[in-house]
Amino acid sequence: MAKKSTATKAKAKYSKETYAYWYESMLLMRRFEEKAGQLYGQQKIRGFCHLYIGQEACASGAITALTKDDKWITAYRDHAHPLGLGTDPGAVMAELFGKVTGTTKGKGGSMHIFDKERNFMGGHGIVGAQVPMGLGIGFAEKYQGTKNLCICHMGDGAVRQGAVHEALNLAMLYKTPVIFVIENNGYAMGTSVARTSNVTELYTIGEAYDMPSFPVDGMSVEAVHEAVAEAAERARKGDGPTLLEFRTYRYKGHSMSDPQKYRTREEVEEYKGRDPIEQVKKTIMDNKILTEDEITAIDKKVKKQVEDAVKFAEESPWPDGQDAFKDVYKQEDYPFVME
Amino acid sequence: MRVIQYREALREAMSEEMRRDKNVFLMGEEVAEYNGAYKVSQGMLDEFGPDRVIDTPIAELGFAGLGVGAAMNGLRPIIEFMTFNFSLVAIDQIVNSAAKMLAMSGGAYNVPIVFRGATGNAGQLGATHSSNFENWFANTPGLKVVVPSNPYDAKGLLKASIRDNDPVIYMESELMYGDKGEVPEAEYLLPIGVADIKRKGKDVTIVSFGKMMKVALEAAEELAKDGIEAEVIDLRTVRPIDYAAVVESVKKTNRCVVVEEANPLAAISSEITYHLQRNAFDYLDAPVIRVNSMDIPLSYAPTYIDATLPNVKRTLDAVKQVMYK
Repeated sequence: MAKKSTATKAKAKYSKETYAYWYESMLLMRRFEEKAGQLYGQQKIRGFCHLYIGQEACASGAITALTKDDKWITAYRDHAHPLGLGTDPGAVMAELFGKVTGTTKGKGGSMHIFDKERNFMGGHGIVGAQVPMGLGIGFAEKYQGTKNLCICHMGDGAVRQGAVHEALNLAMLYKTPVIFVIENNGYAMGTSVARTSNVTELYTIGEAYDMPSFPVDGMSVEAVHEAVAEAAERARKGDGPTLLEFRTYRYKGHSMSDPQKYRTREEVEEYKGRDPIEQVKKTIMDNKILTEDEITAIDKKVKKQVEDAVKFAEESPWPDGQDAFKDVYKQEDYPFVME
Repeated sequence: MRVIQYREALREAMSEEMRRDKNVFLMGEEVAEYNGAYKVSQGMLDEFGPDRVIDTPIAELGFAGLGVGAAMNGLRPIIEFMTFNFSLVAIDQIVNSAAKMLAMSGGAYNVPIVFRGATGNAGQLGATHSSNFENWFANTPGLKVVVPSNPYDAKGLLKASIRDNDPVIYMESELMYGDKGEVPEAEYLLPIGVADIKRKGKDVTIVSFGKMMKVALEAAEELAKDGIEAEVIDLRTVRPIDYAAVVESVKKTNRCVVVEEANPLAAISSEITYHLQRNAFDYLDAPVIRVNSMDIPLSYAPTYIDATLPNVKRTLDAVKQVMYK
């Protein structure tokens, strides 16, 4: 992590457990993704692989603001959210390898991580398609009279999809308990936000539907937590959805095959100066929330978790090819056309 | 037995299932306050209220996706498309989300949803309101595709579709909503994937489904006048297809004509024909002939329509051809 943050001593507003969780979960996301990037280079991981490096606060800060009964959905940059929610890193890594011990038994791969036990409902491949689904997930909570909500993440690219606009309108019309989150990392693959619309303040698209909509510093896990907590309160009161634009940055390319000619090295370095993990670490150190030893212990634990995950994935068997016919239908004797 | 309209059969099926299971709800354009664009859902808002019979803006992609998410999270939505012509703007949610979710999630999330509405032509509605996508959806693993041809089948199959734990495409027709037929008062369900022999015969098999069954049955009537006994098979569902029922019939008649409203390339008729040459080759006394819409969009003027759609005359010609008459 390149530059040191120049901020003055940051005040601690949350509990020791919360800061420790933020530091540990974001570090796990970072180290896991760095390792995934390496393994992709070694062709252990194939297909498409989209890393979350730089954007960790967008997941970690939201997790502490919600309950375990709330539902999660996102697009294909989806390794970090389940890691933060407590999914076994070994199962996520095994999924990236395509092994039978993966989160979806090798069915989904990098773009389709699911964990029903932790209410992580994917992992979706078509840009923006998860947004109407997220609306429906929240709709079901309201229909069944729970106080739960759905948090639906999308990238800045999704904002230009019709599906997103239809979903925002419907969510406001039906006062659905959904928190729509734009992880604005500045680029839809290689196309900057400014090159996709005249409207570059992305949160303002929610205002077109009278939705409470706010920009948030997506590099600050505390700012993310605060914004999500406020939106959650609104949703649980029955006041409906909120749109949050997390202004963040991905340090790596869109996917593994991205030469990144669309941005400058200086721009990347500038954001690294506001690194979410370094920021929270500084707050922790400045306020002596954790001791040096405790931080070192977390670093070691995370390192080992990632090593174990890789080992688990390496050693896990491939799925039986014939199991491709399983879980296509709930109906167990579905008569597939077999030639 | 009592006689009711096709639209009433659909309404009864939905209402009975909504009384039975509070997680079933109906959503679509004009389904609630307008009482349904074709009056299928007439009175349902009064009985079930606005939380369960829900009007939407014209946003098929949005509310189809809402349905998929709701189905992933414990509900059993019935999503009405005013016609399946409008489902094309929602097809991503049907094909990429609903159909693939169970497999993609490794078995974690099934999508018990029914997408229903009218399919095909309904008079002079022009090209964009007259298409058939039964074969498009049938080509998609993960979906089931139901195309009932009469009120009795419509009710039993819709109830089965609502209870099904997989996503079902359920296709009706504006030209059938007013059709009347016998429907018992007592509850019944019909299995998805089982064809029905609507007319027994020994000389030739005519395979069809949906509103083209009217053409098939009328052609069979005409043939009977000439002493030709056609066996008419209603596929009822086109995913899965009850191939065995067709093969069994052809083993008896040795001749087959398929009548289908969709355009011909990569149609259900092509699929039936493939299966017959593969599994009943030795029994066929003539090549299978199909009667589909012509390989063009459906235009407005009545003369264009006559020149495009399958009809009784083309079906009779096809039967005569397979019988070398």
